[in-house]
Amino acid sequence: MLLSLFTDWAFLLEKLTLVVAVVSIGLVVAMYSTWAERKVAGALQDRPGPNRAGWFGLLQPFADAIKLFSKEDIIPSKSNKILFVLGPGLAMLAAVMTSAVIPWGDKIVIAGREITLQVSDLDLGVLYVFAVVAMGVYGVMIGGWASNNKFSLLAAIRGASQNISYELAMGLSLIALLFLTGTLSLKGIVVGQQENGWNILYQPLGFLLFLVCAFAECNRTPFDLPEAENELNFGYHQEYSSMKLGFYLFAEYINMFMSSVLMATLYFGGYDIPFFNEAASTLNPTILGLLGFGALMTKTVLFILFFMWVRWTIPRFRYDQLMDLGWKKLLPLALINMLITAVVVLVKEYGWPW
Amino acid sequence: MGATQIIFWILSIVAVFSAIMVITRKNPVYSVLYLIITFFAISGHYVLMNAQFLAIVNIIVYAGAILVLFLFVLMLMNLNKESEPKKNKFMLWASAFAGGLLLYVLLAAVHTAHIENVKGIHVGNIGLVSELGKALFTTYVVPFEITSILFLSAMVGAVVIGKKD
Repeated sequence: MLLSLFTDWAFLLEKLTLVVAVVSIGLVVAMYSTWAERKVAGALQDRPGPNRAGWFGLLQPFADAIKLFSKEDIIPSKSNKILFVLGPGLAMLAAVMTSAVIPWGDKIVIAGREITLQVSDLDLGVLYVFAVVAMGVYGVMIGGWASNNKFSLLAAIRGASQNISYELAMGLSLIALLFLTGTLSLKGIVVGQQENGWNILYQPLGFLLFLVCAFAECNRTPFDLPEAENELNFGYHQEYSSMKLGFYLFAEYINMFMSSVLMATLYFGGYDIPFFNEAASTLNPTILGLLGFGALMTKTVLFILFFMWVRWTIPRFRYDQLMDLGWKKLLPLALINMLITAVVVLVKEYGWPW
Repeated sequence: MGATQIIFWILSIVAVFSAIMVITRKNPVYSVLYLIITFFAISGHYVLMNAQFLAIVNIIVYAGAILVLFLFVLMLMNLNKESEPKKNKFMLWASAFAGGLLLYVLLAAVHTAHIENVKGIHVGNIGLVSELGKALFTTYVVPFEITSILFLSAMVGAVVIGKKD
């Protein structure tokens, strides 16, 4: 009895540490994404970018954080106060929740205890991700409506309808992937890729669709219509100030980080290092686990840089063009991709029927 | 009292409380938000009953899509005291009567239910994705296909209605 209680507590402690670690990594990466974004923008526009605070401007995120924290926190008098405060919190919550099912590495051994670098290996990991993505709409909508401002409301409704529209194409492009993997667990998908090669080889079109939809889900340029400042003043967070605004901006960067990790996990082998599995059996599992984590992080950072590259290269879509792309181009493409994949999988399994 | 039971009680209290809040709030936006909490609590119950797929689909479809559309409409209409339409006495009585009938049916269902047939928590694995998928695509494939055709026709209908002529 006492022993089982002890292992329970150890389990709880392990998972708690993992959750804290994962969330802090997400926050730190998001923090430095803001710095990287300005550096990338600088590089693309032929100027140095932030270079005053610290070496290469590396302390810039801290300076920004101090600025945001010390600004006056204004809650508009005509706003719905509870929901006004709830909005940024929900946006942040939905942004970090994805991290629970992502396999960050294989496993490490600490003091004889095997620790899997994944908070929870859900059987329905991919569906869980979808549920969280669907929840992401509420932060924007509630914040935009509670501000009691026409522009905020318009922006919020734009954002929500954009998210819902692109969720469909995203889901359909993932279904084709699931035909191949035969499992919904993200860990299972990564293990399958270690054996059969990365999914990008089998699903190039699916990946492209997923990428475009991820851009739209993160409200990144060229799909940043909820923040289109020339049409909507400042977007759904117009009335926000201080750290509440910081939360909204930060949630966007965490979303970007999480979707980069997801793309790396689903299509680029996750923590898999190519041509390394054969040599791996001789290595210490802890070192191997950390190497895998490093591989995942490298892929993720490359994706984040890609996000930024696109943001400073491509101009914004018009709203009807956005809806056109989502419903009339991506959705049919995803359906065709799904159909072809299904036929190929069936033929491979049962042979040519006639 | 085990951990499962504690979770069960917490979820039940949250579900019932937020369900009551749904029907007592004056502001419809609050009602929808409480309804979301109710759906989450019910999804928690599904997980306790080992019906993971149902739980997650409940969140994706109801909390993630349908209630967003509810919020859309309510936020655009921006209902408040001034814009509230005058209530018709007849409608009030009619809705009370309809609600009473629903209550009667529910009470009858609870009354005739065999409580010994109710499965306990963590029993059976039909709710897991793989098992459910196998059951749907082998034993129940015909009803499943008919349902999907029904959905398709509903979609076509929605497009026809939404089209401006």
